[in-house]
Amino acid sequence: MKKIASGNILAANIKKAGLSIKNFRLTRSAFAFPYVVFMLVFIIVPLFLLLSNAFTVTDAVSGDKSFSFDNFKSFANDGSSVKTLSLSLIYGVVTTGLCIIIGYPAAFVLSKLSSGKLLLILFLVPMWINFLIRTLATRAMFTLLNVELGTGTVIFGLVYNYLPFMILPIHTSLTSIDKAYGEASADLGASSIQTFIKVNFPLSIPGLVSGITMVFIPTITTFAVTELLGGVWLFGDSIYSKFKSVNLYGVGSVMSLIMLVFVLVSDMAMRKVNKGEVARNVI
Amino acid sequence: MSEPLLSSSLEVKSVSKPSNSNIIELKGVSKSFDGKPVVKDLTLSIKKGEFVTLLGPSGCGKTTTLRMIAGFEKPSNGTIYIGGQDVTALQPNKRPVNTVFQQYALFPHLNVAKNIAYGISLKKIPTGETVKDKKTGEEYPKTRKYTIQEVSDKVQAVLEMVDLEGYEKRSVNTLSGGQKQRVAIARALVNEPKVLLLDEPLGALDLKMRKDMQIELMDMHKKLGITFVYVTHDQEEALTMSDTIVVMRDGEVQQIGTPQKIYDEPANAFVADFIGESNIFVGVMRADYKCEVCDAVITCVDSGFKKDESVDVIIRPEDVQIVPPEKAVFTATVKACVFKGDHFQTIAEIDNEDKDEILSHDNTECKVGEKIGLYVKPFDIHIMHRGRIINELITTMEDENLVNICGGKFECNAPFPYGTKVKVTIDFDDIDLTDDENDGTISATIQNTIYLGSYWRCVARTDDFVDFFSDTEYDWLKGDRVGINIPKDKILVEKIDETADETLLDLE
Repeated sequence: MKKIASGNILAANIKKAGLSIKNFRLTRSAFAFPYVVFMLVFIIVPLFLLLSNAFTVTDAVSGDKSFSFDNFKSFANDGSSVKTLSLSLIYGVVTTGLCIIIGYPAAFVLSKLSSGKLLLILFLVPMWINFLIRTLATRAMFTLLNVELGTGTVIFGLVYNYLPFMILPIHTSLTSIDKAYGEASADLGASSIQTFIKVNFPLSIPGLVSGITMVFIPTITTFAVTELLGGVWLFGDSIYSKFKSVNLYGVGSVMSLIMLVFVLVSDMAMRKVNKGEVARNVI
Repeated sequence: MSEPLLSSSLEVKSVSKPSNSNIIELKGVSKSFDGKPVVKDLTLSIKKGEFVTLLGPSGCGKTTTLRMIAGFEKPSNGTIYIGGQDVTALQPNKRPVNTVFQQYALFPHLNVAKNIAYGISLKKIPTGETVKDKKTGEEYPKTRKYTIQEVSDKVQAVLEMVDLEGYEKRSVNTLSGGQKQRVAIARALVNEPKVLLLDEPLGALDLKMRKDMQIELMDMHKKLGITFVYVTHDQEEALTMSDTIVVMRDGEVQQIGTPQKIYDEPANAFVADFIGESNIFVGVMRADYKCEVCDAVITCVDSGFKKDESVDVIIRPEDVQIVPPEKAVFTATVKACVFKGDHFQTIAEIDNEDKDEILSHDNTECKVGEKIGLYVKPFDIHIMHRGRIINELITTMEDENLVNICGGKFECNAPFPYGTKVKVTIDFDDIDLTDDENDGTISATIQNTIYLGSYWRCVARTDDFVDFFSDTEYDWLKGDRVGINIPKDKILVEKIDETADETLLDLE
C-alpha cells in the first residue's frame, strides 16, 4: 500500500512539474506579449487620455477637472475648425481620385509587362526617402521652377506621396488574377477591352479598395506636407496647432476623436465593399 | 531518329485539302516553347459531329494541341482550319469554338446565370437577311444584341440540359465540383459552338461523379450533334466516350482509330502499353503465321513479315487462358493470383530461359507455385513491326578509336581519322544506364519504359534530343536523369561514303 501511495505522490509531482513546464513553454502567443505591452502603453492608454481630455474641462483658477461637453461646443462653434474639416475631406477625395486615375493605369501596364516587377520597384523608390525630406525637396523644385505654392502644389505633393500606396495593392490584385479567366472570356467571344471591363476590373476591385483606404485616410490626417507646399491648413495641421498650446488640449482631443471616427467609418465602409470580393477571390 | 509513323497515322497524313466533312483540320502543326518542341508536325482531321479524344501521358502535347485549336497558343508552324476557314492567325474570341477548362475558370464575381450568359450577352446577332455568319456579324451594320428575355430563356434551357434548374442566383463559389463542371459546360454550350473543346474536364471529380458525367457528356454529344474534342490522359475514359481516339506521345501522333481498333490492334508497343494492360514480348517471325515468342513457336494470323524478323508481340491479359498443360502453348509457374471481382489476375513466370512474366485475366483460380498451361488463340496474338531494332546515328570521329556520340567521346574500335563521317550502331542491351548522370559519358532523361516480360525497355533522350533505346533489368522512372555508357567493343562504327548519303537518309 505504501509503495502505491508513494508512487501516487511521485506521479502527482511529475504532473505538477509537467504543468509548470507547460506554463513556461514558449507558445506562439508568447511572441505577441511584447507587442501587447507596447500597444497598451502607446495606443490604449493614449486613447483613454484622449477621451478623458475631450470630456473634461480644467478650471482656470482652481485647476480642478470636471466632466463636460464644453470642448465639443467650442469645436462646433468655431467655424474655422469645421471648415478645415470639410476642406480636409475635399483634399482627401481629390487626392484619392487623382491617385486612382494615375495609379490604376500604371498598375495595369506594370502587370502586363514582363519587366513590370522591376519598374514597380522604381515606383516604390521614393518611399524609401523620408517624407519630410521628400516634401522639402519638392518645395525646392517648385521654387526653382518659379511655381507659386498653393492648392495645386499641395495636391501634387499629396499625390506624389501617396501614389505608391495606390499602385501597389492594385498591381498585386491584378497580377493575382488567374489567366484562365481572361482565356475563358476570350473563348466566350469577348474582345480584350470587354474582358478588361467585365472580368479583370471587377476582380481587381479588392486591390482598388485597399488602395483607396491607404490613400484617403492618411491624406485627411496629413500635416506638414500641406503647410510646406502651400500653406494650406488641413485638419491634421489644425490638431497639431491645438496641442501646441496647453489650454486647447481638450479641443484638440475632440478633433482627434472626430478624425478617428472618420477613419473608422471609412475603413468599415471599405471593408464592407471589399468583403464579398475578398471571399470570392480566395476561391 | 524518331520512330517511324505507322500505317494508321499515314492515312491521316494523306489528307491534303480541307474538305467539307472535316470541321477541324490541322496541317503540319508544330509548337515549341523556348525552343523545346511540344507538338511536332501534327496533321489531323476531325469530322463534323465526331467525338474525338486526344489521349496521351502528361507532356505529350495534347493540351497544347487543344489550346492551338482554341486559339490560346499560336502554332510555330503549320495551319489550322475550322470549318474550312484558315483560323491560324485568328484571335480566340473570333473562333466558332468554345472551351470547357480544366479548372472550370468560372468567373468568381458572377453568379451561375451571369456566368452562363457571359458569351451570349456579348454576341451580336444579325437582323438583316444578307448577314449569315454570326461570329463575324459584328462587321455588318444590321446586328443587334440578344434581348434580356432571350438571354434568360437560353440560360434557362441550357441549365435544364445540365440539370441545374434553380441555381441561377447561386454564387459559383458555393457550388460543388460536379456542379461547377456543369456550369462550365453550360457556359460553353449556350453559345452553340460548332466545336466544343474539353480540356481534361473530369480530372478534378471523384470516380463516381466522373462516371456519371462521362455518360452525361456522351448523351449531350448525341443530342447536340456538334463536334467534341476531348483531352484526357485517362485511357478508360477515352475508350468509353470517343468515336475516335488520337493517341499522342512526345508531340507526335502514335495512332488514330476507333476505341475498338486502338485496343485490339495497337499500332505499336507504346500504344499497347498505354491503352489497357498488355503483355509485350519481343518475338521472331519464323515463317508466315508462325511466331517464336518466349522460346515457343506459336500460331498467329499475321503474315508478310521477313523471315526471322524481330517483332513486338502483344497479348492482352484477358486473352491469356489458363488451361491444362497438355493443351497449352506455354507452361508457366504461378507467382501471384488475386481475385479482381469478375476475374482472377494471375501473374505467372513462363518456363523458358528468360523466365518471362505473363499476366492473365481468367476465371480460374491458381495457387502460387502451381504449374499451369497458358493458351492464346492465334487471333489474339498481335504482331507488330518493331519501331526500331537498333540504335543508329550518324556522327563523326573525334580521333582514331574515338567517336563523338551526342557530344560525348566514346572509345571504339575504328581506325578512322578525325572528322570522318560514320554511322554508329549499338544494340539495345549494350547501352548501359547509370543512376548518377555524372557517371555516364553523356547524360539523358528517361522518356518512358515498357516492360517486356523479363526486362524493361526504356527510351533515354539526350540533351540534344537523340533517343537511345536501352534494355535494362531496372525500371527507370520517367523524367529520371541518367548517364549513358557504352562498352568499347559494342559500338559498331562504319565509315560512310559521301555518295551513299541518300540511302542512309532513307534508312533513318
